[in-house]
Amino acid sequence: MFPFRIPIKDWISNGVDYLVSEYAAVFDAFSALVYFLVDNFKDGMLALHPLALIIVIAAITLKMAGWRVALFAVLGLLLSENIGLWSAFVETLALVLTAELLVMVVGLPVGVLAARKDGFHSVVRPVLDFMQTMPAFVYLIPAVMFFGLGLVPGVVATFVFALPPLIRLTNLGIRQVPKELVEAADAFGATGSQKLFKVQIPVAMPTIMAGVNQSIMLGLSMVVIAAMIGAGGLGEDVLRGIQRLQVGQGFEAGLVVVIMAIILDRITAGFGEQDSAT
Amino acid sequence: MSEIITVRNLYKIFGDNPKKAIQALKEGKSKDEILREYKQIVGVQDINFSVRQGEIFVLMGLSGSGKSTLQRLINRLHEPTSGEIVINGTDIVKLSQNDLREFRRKNFCGMVFQNFAILPHRNVLGNVEFGLELQGVEKEKRQEKARKIIKLVGLEGNEDNYPSQLSGGMQQRVGLARGLAVDADIMLMDEAFSALDPLIRRQMQDELLELQARMKKTILFVTHDLDEAFRLGDRIAIMKDGLIVQVGTAEEIISKPADEYVRTFVEDMDRSAVLTAGTIMLPVKEKAFTGDGPRTILRKIRRHGLSGIFLTDSKRYLKGYIKAKELAEFVEKNKKKEDLKMDKSLVHEAASVERDMPLNEVINVYQEADFGPIAVIDDEQRLDGVIVRGAIIAALSEGYEIDPDNGEPEQASDDEQKPDDQEKSGDAKKSGDAKKSEQ
Repeated sequence: MFPFRIPIKDWISNGVDYLVSEYAAVFDAFSALVYFLVDNFKDGMLALHPLALIIVIAAITLKMAGWRVALFAVLGLLLSENIGLWSAFVETLALVLTAELLVMVVGLPVGVLAARKDGFHSVVRPVLDFMQTMPAFVYLIPAVMFFGLGLVPGVVATFVFALPPLIRLTNLGIRQVPKELVEAADAFGATGSQKLFKVQIPVAMPTIMAGVNQSIMLGLSMVVIAAMIGAGGLGEDVLRGIQRLQVGQGFEAGLVVVIMAIILDRITAGFGEQDSAT
Repeated sequence: MSEIITVRNLYKIFGDNPKKAIQALKEGKSKDEILREYKQIVGVQDINFSVRQGEIFVLMGLSGSGKSTLQRLINRLHEPTSGEIVINGTDIVKLSQNDLREFRRKNFCGMVFQNFAILPHRNVLGNVEFGLELQGVEKEKRQEKARKIIKLVGLEGNEDNYPSQLSGGMQQRVGLARGLAVDADIMLMDEAFSALDPLIRRQMQDELLELQARMKKTILFVTHDLDEAFRLGDRIAIMKDGLIVQVGTAEEIISKPADEYVRTFVEDMDRSAVLTAGTIMLPVKEKAFTGDGPRTILRKIRRHGLSGIFLTDSKRYLKGYIKAKELAEFVEKNKKKEDLKMDKSLVHEAASVERDMPLNEVINVYQEADFGPIAVIDDEQRLDGVIVRGAIIAALSEGYEIDPDNGEPEQASDDEQKPDDQEKSGDAKKSGDAKKSEQ
């Protein structure tokens, strides 16, 4: 139909090549940061006796989600230890926590900005659509080219996938703050930052926490895909199970992912509820 | 009373071409035409009014009349399109954003909203101290102030409760307290009681009036409820299509509506809550004096065809009420007695009301008085006028216009001459007499 073809593939390939060759230092620095975070989380948690860590997690769960979930956490974590997946569990938890930390550092300000500036919001929205729907494998390849195989592209892939819900819900939460509350703050002579930190963010907090919760859940769903490029952890065990047709082994690792997901979900959901209840 | 807010030639147009819209308004086009032809929404137009220090000024109108827009222009939550808003001598339209913020802190007690707009994540104390916190008042000082105000609005003991634990009325008290905690003159209240159920609303209105008597803020109160406007407002501005149609006291508006719109508007109004005994009373045609004998009194009664007569002393102090029928029987029974004196049993306690009692309460008294005439007395218990059935019915009927002058008592002169009328032995101590008013 057309006498020419729009060379999107060339633009992307060339662009990635250009970035890899010209900005290697930036990517290296980022890699170092991610390794630093993941290693610290992991080493910190592994330094504790499994039982000690279980007690810590159970205590947090008890506070945020009640004794039933705490009991579930204790049993689930003991099971993970029993079937020999404890270090994989800790590794995956470190990866998810690192990705979530990065998600919050980027997502909260972007979400707040999107809520305040309609122009920025209209730019951000299609980018978020892109991040959520573009198949993960498509950006795994450039991620590997930028950061090499291993943990970092795994964290990046998780980050890309988990970021949109936090931005969306932060934006939504702040936009949903009743107009009168903002007017009231204005009427009392609030400055822009007073309005943001004393009214908008606290009032939007339940919605923002729902965003954190959703992004953690989505991050966990990336665990197996991240393992394909060598991110390690539970995903690797699942993958090995699939590749070797060891159904039982794959199932065990998958089960531990679910246990982790439930614990993290209830804890973060508890944050949101606490805020709205008080 | 000095004027604290003065608004001149204020316009607010929502849309991208306000100049054209103002031009069209000046050419006499209507709000609807401007919306149709230019796609510009007229918020308010050609607004001129002033609010006096310490009064409750009510902006009253139906939804879409521009009352809330006008209120938000006063503290510039909406940017005026043109015009002046002078508050405490400063034209706030000209202030920069920073100066405006400072100005709001110094001059406005924030705002009180229909849906309360208090912060759900803060407890009562945290909400009440909010305004002071924004101003950077140190914690101890602002909490001390907040506790004082919480006590004032009757929320003592609820300092640590969160809004979700409070009833609507209590939440609005928090909203009120949040405003009062700030040391400023002007309080803006936007449909503040409209979300409350009628009993609580009534109670809050009373409390507001009580607080106002003590705090003496200048309150700009927006409402769509005419009863509320008339109850609270020292003066009321009635708005329609972004214009102020009439400004005046409740009685001015109800007795002299500026145009057909206001007239139909106030027709639906519960007139009995606005009109007072002083407005509907009639002058005293005839009264009995404490020195009058029974026959004299009976003559007075018959001369005017009365059913009874109020009794006063020579200084107009109300002493009682005498029924025509009883008096006639008494005179008949004692026909032969030459020097007949008034009998105590003939003098009943007079039903009386003060001049500023609203008509709906007067009606209660009227009922208790067995629908006989009611005396209107001044602060010192002196007889000022009378209220009879005809006056009550006339005042309540729609379309009836009360001429406030009509209610003025005219008997001052009356008073002087009557004492001479006294019958022979004026010393009859308790002989009374009454004067009554017609009906």
